[in-house]
Amino acid sequence: MPNLAVRDHEPEEDAAFLVRLAQICDRWTPLVAPAPPDGLILDVTGCAALFGGEERLRDDVLRLFRAGGLTVRAALAGTPEAARSLARHGRVAIVPPGEEGLALRPLPVAALGLAETERIALSRAGLKRIGDLADLPSAALASRFGEEINARLRRLLGREDLRLTPLRPPPPYRMDRLLAEPIGDLTMVEQVLDDLVREAVARLEAEGRGGRVFEADVFRTDGAARRIAVSTGRPSRDAPAILRLLREKLDALADPLDPGFGFDLVRLSIPVVEPLAQAQAGLDGRAVEEDEVSDLVDRLVARFGPRRVLRFVAADSHDPVRASQLRPGSFPPQSLTGQRPPSLRHAEERLEAAPRNTPQQVRACFETHRCATLLSMTQGGRGRSVPSRKERGGAVSGFLQPAPLEPPTRPLQVFDPPQPIETIAELPDGPPLRFRWRRVLHRVVRAEGPERIAAEWWRAPDDPTRDYYRVEDDEGRRFWLYRAGLYGRETDRPLWYVHGLFA
Amino acid sequence: MPDLSALKRAIAALEPDSALRPADLFAFGEPGIDGPLGGGLARGALHEVYARRVSVSASAAGFGLCLALRAGEGRPLVWARQDFVDVETGALHGEGIAEFGGDPDRIVVVRPRDATGVLRAAHEAVRCAAIGAVLAEIWGEPKVADLRASRRLGLAAAGSGVTLVLIRRGAAPQPSAAASRWSVEAASSTPLEAGAPGPPAFDVELLRHRAGCPPRHWRLEWDRDSLSFAAPPLPRPVVPLPADRTVAAADGTPWRLAG
Repeated sequence: MPNLAVRDHEPEEDAAFLVRLAQICDRWTPLVAPAPPDGLILDVTGCAALFGGEERLRDDVLRLFRAGGLTVRAALAGTPEAARSLARHGRVAIVPPGEEGLALRPLPVAALGLAETERIALSRAGLKRIGDLADLPSAALASRFGEEINARLRRLLGREDLRLTPLRPPPPYRMDRLLAEPIGDLTMVEQVLDDLVREAVARLEAEGRGGRVFEADVFRTDGAARRIAVSTGRPSRDAPAILRLLREKLDALADPLDPGFGFDLVRLSIPVVEPLAQAQAGLDGRAVEEDEVSDLVDRLVARFGPRRVLRFVAADSHDPVRASQLRPGSFPPQSLTGQRPPSLRHAEERLEAAPRNTPQQVRACFETHRCATLLSMTQGGRGRSVPSRKERGGAVSGFLQPAPLEPPTRPLQVFDPPQPIETIAELPDGPPLRFRWRRVLHRVVRAEGPERIAAEWWRAPDDPTRDYYRVEDDEGRRFWLYRAGLYGRETDRPLWYVHGLFA
Repeated sequence: MPDLSALKRAIAALEPDSALRPADLFAFGEPGIDGPLGGGLARGALHEVYARRVSVSASAAGFGLCLALRAGEGRPLVWARQDFVDVETGALHGEGIAEFGGDPDRIVVVRPRDATGVLRAAHEAVRCAAIGAVLAEIWGEPKVADLRASRRLGLAAAGSGVTLVLIRRGAAPQPSAAASRWSVEAASSTPLEAGAPGPPAFDVELLRHRAGCPPRHWRLEWDRDSLSFAAPPLPRPVVPLPADRTVAAADGTPWRLAG
């Protein structure tokens, strides 16, 4: 067989592909559940009429998937199990309501989806079709083959209805725009989104709520679907701001939206909403300014992603590296908004109340959550600040206020990890006289130190103690150097590093 | 020539810089430099800070932060930094900024992947009038950082009144639409007791000033406590004045020539 192409089976890829197909099915109904390894279950209750009846809906589904080169079988029935069995084993495409029993009777018992051994046991007993089983008294069947088979039979025949678990629960706000003529122009997509956002904002306003996450889905005529999601730092129903975020995101897409033969459906959903009261602007305009900064952070996050918009978080640690860290800043910092950050408990309650949708969004929620934790930690640290902190002159923020008239003792920029240097230094605890860093020899003319910083033994018990020196070379450059290990006690050949650069 | 003067007026109306008033300047806080500059640098404009050498880029960042702190007056700052700058010269340190006089809680750091991203972030941030000042740092001489980009940034800054400081490392000064262009070199600090390095010191050179100050050199120190620049004290100790008598005889007695 010269034309046979052989590939390894990749179950993860298959599963991912199934999820992608499920997203495409969003155009027919919000309730889509993947049925691995190769099935999809759609709950089309109340949706068929939108597509011209069940017959037309099924044809539409088949047409789209076949156009994509897939082999598809589809059936419509009263319960998910019945539809599934009919699609896999039956010849009936659409079962009228209440006639599941009749349609399913001729199917083989394999349609029950039982284990191989039970199937053989059934066929040995002469029970080959669903109809044979349905006629038997259920008690007798259960005593011989177990209760499981009865449960499956009930669901299959529509006597018991089990709801499916959709891939993503339907969002509280969802607005569709089904387009009579597919549009290929991105500015027109923006125009449609503009309409949808205004519609959504009107609804949000009427209900006194604001959205935290906005998702725009565009569906192409050939079935491909793209989702653009933006999130805001605080609940919002400001239509121009939301549109600006969506536009920003559209601009920043790594692989831009390809209209192909045009988009025929645009959808806006708001999966996370929070109460938002009408706000009265203060007379001094300060609140407006803070909102503007928060909006700016939202826009930057939409363009560069939450991992690239950062802010400083102080930690109560003497380790200079841990004392200040850069963290994703999509959460509005207290100082920028001028409000108390929501406590951890508040954030948790809100997250529990919010439906968890896409993995992306769950991650976004998680990040929010983590930031809230950090914020409340610094708050706590501020409340019960250690005496040394107070002695150094009432810390206003999590960061230490510098002592007056002292030069900066911490560098503006810090290397992570510290960079090794070659030095000539006085032992056991003098500053270096000369050091070579990045192939350049620096002659030290001024030095201060050592500032001895021990490693945090509860984190890294084996890390050596560091002796830090502030040094200045003959050309006026200032460095933050340290010697790792106490000479004679921890090491005999201490290594030197440059850890930061002063201005 | 009524046509020509009308044209001149029309151009002057289009030019945003013509609206400059003394109120739109921020001072250095050191008369030795504020005087020649005519009161300080323009707020709501683009200022470029070049590191004279790659190895003094920390000084350029420090001088840029000084300008932003002077212009921002306590309002939030946005610091857009190319990823590569972090690798080459170390990441920004919150404690260090606090010790420099900045408030780390009111700084938003954006770290785009490339220079295009930095310029975009700066453009976005500089249009937000609630921001005190925007710092943008790019590495090398990317094509996108050209005359047009600087013109666009300058106009955005003029529109919102937000000061933009563009810090460039590993690049030779290039023509641009910046309101002022500086070249920064590290300077040895005033030593403290026991030979300890003193406060941040810079050797700055004004390369171009749109309002007309000719190129000049200054040596400046940064006073963190008052958030202002200061001239460094004279390098050599000055002979103290005698407390019990006058310095020179006031009666005109001639000095005796020795030797």
